[in-house]
This record gives sequence, C-alpha cells and structure tokens, in this order.
Amino acid sequence: MHTLPQQLANGLFLGSTYGLIAIGYTMVYGIVQLINFAHGEIFMTGGFGALTVWLVLPHGTSLWLALPLMLIGGVITSVLIALGAERFAYRPLRNAPRLAPLIAAIGLSLALQQAVHNLYPNATSARVFPQLKAGPWNIGSVHVQSGDLFTVLAAPICMVLLAFFVQKSRTGRAMQATAQDPDTAQLMGIDTNRIIATAFAIGAVFAAVAAVCYGLRYGQVQYDMGFEAGLKAFTAAVLGGIGNIYGAMLGGLVLGLAETLATAYIADVPGMHQLGGGSWADVWAFVLLILVLLLRPQGLLGERVADRA
Amino acid sequence: MRHRSLLVLSVALTGALTVTACGSRGGSSGGSSSSGDLTVTIGVDAPLSGQNSATGLGIQYGVQIAVDDANKNNTVPGVKFKVKALDDQAQPGIGQQNATALVGDSSVLGVIGPLNSGVAQSMQQVFQTADLVEISPSNTNPALTQGPNWASGNKVRPFKTYFRTATTDALQGAFAAQYAYDTAGKRKAFVVDDKQDYGAGLASIFQSSFTKDGGSIAGTDHVNTGDKDFSTLVTKIKNSGADMLYYGGQYDEAQLITKQLKDAGANIPLMGGDGIYSATYITTAGTEAEGDLATSVGIPVDTLPSAQDFVAKYKAAKYPGDYGTYGGYSYDAALAIIKSIGKSMGSGGKTLPTRAQVVTGVQNADFDGIAGHVSFDQYGDTTDKQLTVYQVKSGKWVSVKTGSYTG
Repeated sequence: MHTLPQQLANGLFLGSTYGLIAIGYTMVYGIVQLINFAHGEIFMTGGFGALTVWLVLPHGTSLWLALPLMLIGGVITSVLIALGAERFAYRPLRNAPRLAPLIAAIGLSLALQQAVHNLYPNATSARVFPQLKAGPWNIGSVHVQSGDLFTVLAAPICMVLLAFFVQKSRTGRAMQATAQDPDTAQLMGIDTNRIIATAFAIGAVFAAVAAVCYGLRYGQVQYDMGFEAGLKAFTAAVLGGIGNIYGAMLGGLVLGLAETLATAYIADVPGMHQLGGGSWADVWAFVLLILVLLLRPQGLLGERVADRA
Repeated sequence: MRHRSLLVLSVALTGALTVTACGSRGGSSGGSSSSGDLTVTIGVDAPLSGQNSATGLGIQYGVQIAVDDANKNNTVPGVKFKVKALDDQAQPGIGQQNATALVGDSSVLGVIGPLNSGVAQSMQQVFQTADLVEISPSNTNPALTQGPNWASGNKVRPFKTYFRTATTDALQGAFAAQYAYDTAGKRKAFVVDDKQDYGAGLASIFQSSFTKDGGSIAGTDHVNTGDKDFSTLVTKIKNSGADMLYYGGQYDEAQLITKQLKDAGANIPLMGGDGIYSATYITTAGTEAEGDLATSVGIPVDTLPSAQDFVAKYKAAKYPGDYGTYGGYSYDAALAIIKSIGKSMGSGGKTLPTRAQVVTGVQNADFDGIAGHVSFDQYGDTTDKQLTVYQVKSGKWVSVKTGSYTG
C-alpha cells in the first residue's frame, strides 16, 4: 500500500477538474431546473479558446506570461457560447415542457462538437496544448506535476470566490432569490433573465478554467473531450446534490477519489481480480452514483432549497 | 416532485447517450466522373475523424494517389477510377454500415480498409456475401485470415474476399519481444492493452514471446479507448519495478500513457506495435516520447527508392494524416485491385469484370508495389513478411532494425 498517498493525490487532481465542471451543471440546475447537457461542450470550447490565444501569441512566448491571457481567452469563448446558448436555445423554451430544453441541450452539444471538429484547423485529432516547464516536485512520496498543481490551486480559489460572490454580492443574493421563486423575484424588481444569464456565465467561467487545467494536465485538447468530462461532471453534480455548489465540488472530489482507488486496489481484494484495472474506472464511478441515489437520493449534501444557488 | 422525475430522466438519457457515444456520420470524397469512360469506384473505409484519424487519413490519401496515378497513366484503358471514402470512426458498428453502403453501390469493385482489426471483423461477412474484394493495408490480427484457432496451428481461412498487405501480429509481437530482450536488454515488462482485437491480441503475443525469451512480467492492466487519465495506472507501473512498458493499442492512448508515465518519474520506454507508430504520437507526447519503441509492418517507406515518387506526391498535395507504412500499403492495395480489373476486362476492354472476377485477380496478384512485393498466400495474407523496429530519437521515428521474425 506504499502507493496510497500517490493514488490519493491522483484522485484529488482528477476530482478537482470534475468539480470545476460540475459547478456549471449545478448552478444552472439550481436556478432554472435545466440539465444543460451542452455544458461539456462549453468546457471543450474553453479549451480551444485558450489554445487559440496560445497559437496567435508570438512564437516563443513564455507560457507563464501567456497563461493568464489563455485563461482569459478560454473564459471569453466559453462565456460567449454559454450566453448565446442561453439566449437563443434555452430562453425561447423556458416555458415549454421540460423535455424540450433537454433535447435542445443535447442537440446543441452535438452541434458545438461538430462545429469545432469541422471549423477548427486540424481538430480531427488531438491538438497539442502547451506544457508548463516546471516541476515535478516530490512532496513526501507524492510526485506532483505542474499541471496538477495548477488544478488543485485553481479549484479552491474559484470555489472561495464563488461562495463569496453568492453570499455577499447583490447579484449573488438576487440569484438565491431567483432560485427560490423566479416569479416572486421578478415582482421584487429582479431582472430574472439577467440572473439566469449570469448563472450560465459563471458555469462557463469554471468550465473554461477546468479546460485549461485539462490541457495542462494531458497536454492536448480534442473536439470530443467534452463528452466524457461533461458526463463525469454531471455525475459529480448529482452525487453532491444537484443545485448545491459545495456539493458539486465535493461530488467531484469523491468521484475522482473513488474512481482512482477502485481501479488501483479492487484487484487486490481476494476474488475480485477480474474487476480491477483501469478499464473498470467508469463502471465504479457509476456504481457509486447508483448507490448514492439509492441510499441518499438528494445527493451527499442534498439540495438546500432555502439557499441553493 | 417534477424535479426528481426530470433528474431521473436525465440520468436515463445520460446512460443512453453513453451507449451510443457518437452518432454515425459518413463523409465521402471524390468527385463526379466524366462521361464516356466506364467508371469504377474504389471504396475506402477508415477512421477519418476522431480516434486514429491521422493514420486513417493516410490510408485514404494513399489510395487517392494510386487512383490519380492510374487515371493519369491510363493503367486500364477506358476506365476512370474514383475514390469513395467513408469514415468508420474506428467503430465496428459504423464500419459494418459503411460496408453495406459500399456493397450497395454497384460502381464499387474493391474496397481498401479498414484500419482497425476489430472493425474488419464486422465487415468481412458483408463483403463475402457480395463477393466484393477487401484489402486492408493495416489489419494485423492473425484471426482475420487464419481463423480463430490459428494459434493452435489449425488455420482455416474464414473469408475468401478478405486480403491484407500488412503482416500479422503473431510475427510482430514476437519480433518486438525478441528486440526488447536481445537488443534492448530488457528483462521485466509491464504489459497493458486496450482490450480491442488488435491491442489485446498483440499484447498477449508479446507477453508469451517475452516470457519464452527469458523475460518476466511485472504486471498487466487494461485501459479503455478514449481514456485520458492514466495516473492510477502509471503509479502502479512505476512501483512494479518494470524496466519497460509494452502497450497493445493505438497511439491515442499510448501518447498520453507515455507522457504521464515519464512525468510521474518512471523513465522506462514504452514499446508498442504499428498502432502507435505515428507522427502524432511524438507531437502529442513531446520530449517524453524520446526513446520509445514501436514495431511496424514492412520497411520504412521513406527509405524505399520505389516509394520516393509517392512520398513526394503526398507531401506536394499537403494531404493531412500520416502516410507512414500504411499509405504505401494502401497504394499497393489499390494497385492490386486496379491491376486485377485491368486483367479481366471483358469484350475487348469494353465491359467491366464482375466483383467475383476481381477477387480472383487479386488472389493471383504478383507484382512489385511501392512498399514491397505484392502477392497473397492461401489465407489472403501478404507474402511480404518484413518488419521494422522504430525508436523515437530527437523527436523523430528512426528505424533501428529491419528484418523478418526468425523464431
């Protein structure tokens, strides 16, 4: 078991990315009860936005200088696409039966994926994402990469900022009010359309940060990266209690850890040899989801109706 | 409680989406032909997008150059050739749909492809039923030509319409093990595969050959195609004390595994089969790919005098994808079909041969192609059994050993 600290760290790094993307699902669901299945693609376009900034910068620019610009580029791309999706795909359907926006989300997801595939140069296969030339560091028996470090730093910073925003700012409180009761909130003078758009935008910001983490960790972005990442993040959001922003982060971490530990150690359990190994990661992730839904249907932290955001 | 039911619906939908991960999408290329001449379509089936597409595109454009050459040189007088390329996305189900579409197009007299052995398996029966010849430039799973019991020596050819210009994994895996043990001096290998026909087959042949040569196995594991995070796996490999990693699968996963392995501080080379022998592998893995090894079928195309014209045309046309060995083999496969059609033209060169005649013609093919001699044995396997070991040196695949497996 001397590999345990490393495997825990692996799970933490993986889970942080899941958690960041899960915020987008949970925020939008918390306010409009919509599962935005195009969120995985908003994550993907954030990655390509950041990559585009890197490609247009003069050759040889230090990545440390470029990284803030890439983050901004990714965030702008994701936010514009999320706002466009909200305005043109979801808002017209806001009072339609609930199935309609769900189908719109799936359609949008496929459309965005194919658009990047067809329009972005050479996006048919993976595009190389620049790598930070720093580290690795050995902390005890744990080996940490620069990409991992970026991820575990970015996730809590984003979370604290978000919590502060939701609790303290006027817009944050207006979001809480809209989440509780959109009609009354509107009567109280809250522009609910603006609030809903803000929820989409915040989700997109987190998705873009997650996409940069992904690019730095794996050294590549590809047009279909949003599907699996989005699926896992959605699972994380449900696991943590969809609608609850802290739940999303917790769900992400739990999912990442469960996946890592299950694939690393289940094969060592007597009689379970066949069920171990990397190819079982997704199976264990969904087994966990089913267990949580059976035993605690509201998710780990539950949907805190009074102050969900 | 309507929220709850929406949630349940969403979860169900998510499940359904996972199962059908991607919709089907067929892309076709090749223009319309001029009137007057007889028109023959050469079908191509390969992954042209997503997973494995760099190699798949190399196949498509290898065939395109062969067809352009045949049209320009008037190889078969009175016949214009064109290419119809379908994208199988490396998925057996889509490959089978494509096979059905190609069979249904009566102008198709031969098909090149697919890239993946697993996809080939789903297509063979469709082509057999329609008597349509299929030549793969890259399938290396022995069972495709020699039947499921080939390993025990009981070789039976399952499909008479299926041929390949690549040699098999039985030779490739053993050749790799021999190189790893004798030349590279490796003694303890960790073996990982992607559970596909190609990857799992190659890995198990490597494993048994490597043990037979005297090496030991430090551990084994499997991954899924499409996985991106291998941190759990590399932690295991690093702690197993292995001095090399053998990976059976494609470059999509291998390039990430090697990168994550070296980043995790394990400086052991990854060795794989022709599935990882791709320029993309080095572009993505970067300097972490340095020292990695791959076996591939045939002799490096760039070093063959016969292929210089092909390489020049491929580069001049700025085609996407890796022409590599498969581009050359695709050219030769297309040429085998074109020559077969030329030989069996009916009524003084005015009528096209039947599909069955083309199959017979390909079986009797015997000519020097650009990537080696082209002829097939009684199983439909190429008689050209050359293999090459490549190593990443200064950011390029460099051939380090060429030969046939000598047992």
